[in-house]
Amino acid sequence: MIQTLAFYLFAVLTIASAAATILSRNPVHSVLFLILAFFNAAGLMMLTGAEFIAMLLIIVYVGAVAVLFLFVVMMLDIDFAELRAGFVKNFPLGMLVAIVLLAEMVLGLGAYKAGALNLGTPDGTAVTPAGASNIEAIGGLLYSRYLFLFEAAGLILLVAMVGAIVLTHRQRGDTRGQKVSKQIARRPDEATVNVKPEVGKGVSL
Amino acid sequence: MTAFFQNLGMSFEWAWFVSTVCGILLIALPLMLAVAMIIYVDRKIWAAMALRRGPNVVGPFGLLQSFADGLKVFLQETIVPSAANKGLFLIAPIVTFTLALLSWAVIPFNSGAILANINIGLLYILAISSLGVYGTIMAGWASNSKYPFFSAMRASAQMISYEVSIGFILICVVLWAGTFNMNDIVWAQKGHVFGIINGFVANPLLFPMWVMFLISSLAETQRAPFDLAEAESELVAGYQTEYSSMAFAAYWLGEYANVLLMCALNATLFWGGWLPPLDIPVLYLVPGFVWFLLKVFFFFFVFSWIKATVPRYRYDQLMRLGWKVFLPVSLLFVVIVSGYLMATGHFA
Repeated sequence: MIQTLAFYLFAVLTIASAAATILSRNPVHSVLFLILAFFNAAGLMMLTGAEFIAMLLIIVYVGAVAVLFLFVVMMLDIDFAELRAGFVKNFPLGMLVAIVLLAEMVLGLGAYKAGALNLGTPDGTAVTPAGASNIEAIGGLLYSRYLFLFEAAGLILLVAMVGAIVLTHRQRGDTRGQKVSKQIARRPDEATVNVKPEVGKGVSL
Repeated sequence: MTAFFQNLGMSFEWAWFVSTVCGILLIALPLMLAVAMIIYVDRKIWAAMALRRGPNVVGPFGLLQSFADGLKVFLQETIVPSAANKGLFLIAPIVTFTLALLSWAVIPFNSGAILANINIGLLYILAISSLGVYGTIMAGWASNSKYPFFSAMRASAQMISYEVSIGFILICVVLWAGTFNMNDIVWAQKGHVFGIINGFVANPLLFPMWVMFLISSLAETQRAPFDLAEAESELVAGYQTEYSSMAFAAYWLGEYANVLLMCALNATLFWGGWLPPLDIPVLYLVPGFVWFLLKVFFFFFVFSWIKATVPRYRYDQLMRLGWKVFLPVSLLFVVIVSGYLMATGHFA
């Protein structure tokens, strides 16, 4: 009974916050509702027994990606009236995306119903090898059967990261960088000079 | 505890529900009391190191000072700035306070004395602590005021930066313990070094990780010397500038609950949790939670000591330490530790 209650709580909150994400007028509220949707989706995954994926969803998406979203949205000065002005123009494109997403979902559900995918049992629990925890099962698969795909994904991410750094990094000649070792090695007797200049005369450094 | 309620004639689900609620109250209420007392202890330690007396008026030795402060704050008027985003402004302290309590669900107080003995305990703690940013950033933005916003930006950048290296440090611990379960991590430390010292900290490969974890936990909880988010000489009082009354108190309590949590994590992950320091049968006569609380208190003393003696970091130094020192070093140690474990056949 508790599982059923929790499922409906998480499901209703996920749908409600997803709707609020696209309906709210304030972009910051939108991002916060998106975060709520992520969080409730993680709760749903927890109910199906995929606790590792649920935690990763929170750590990666809620804890890191959404924070950056929030940063950007808070910093930007978005005029929402202007954004809404393009509604009619972009409506066909939006519908197209929605139809593609719907078709994908129907296909996925159909494949699952036909029994083509071994996703889990009908009562909602995911399939894990007997005696192994969620993390061990995923780790075993990632490092044996899907090793190449896993490493390739890692390499692609590395290339993307290096690319982002290369694109944004610029070497400027006119700045003075800090040399921390030099700062730490500085001692009072080499940093200060005690002079007694005569009256009316300046000091030279 | 579920079995106890089942014996009273409840069905399993109700027994589970009631025992979980009891467990939450058993952790949360003493924790709030502990936070009130630890604020007093913090002020006393700080005062002693500055050759002052500290709170000594309310109650014997000033012991009731925190409760007097609490009452004062409770009776204050709640002021919501007119330009603030009201909903978020009021939700933000609740988020901070709730998240500060949530992580305690997976902290083992004694062998088996743990609210949620889940397989992914450590991941859960990482997940909850990564949510902690939101309480701060929402407060800063919703206040609609310059300094809180600056402070929220600083705090969230700081917390994100140090979570990265904390993640790598924890991976070293997990590699050695072979589990994410907090209780099993404590068990893995039994007789870890020479079969007599309980705790990963005495392991030469994990000792540097502990030092980095201690410093990172200072940064993560925004304690001195990394308290840039509430640097009073620059930012008035940080992200909580506009808060008053109970909302302010919620931040205050949440902050100290987080500090205590970090002390508990230091104790659990590196100092053997509820195990005695040495694996000698006599020491096991003392109950486990006494050892645990002693360790937590020791780390809190270290936190206060650092607060009383170390000047504040500059922001660029803080970022440099996080990204250019801790991140590469912790990454290097993940490689070294896993290489060592493979070479010695730890996983065989």
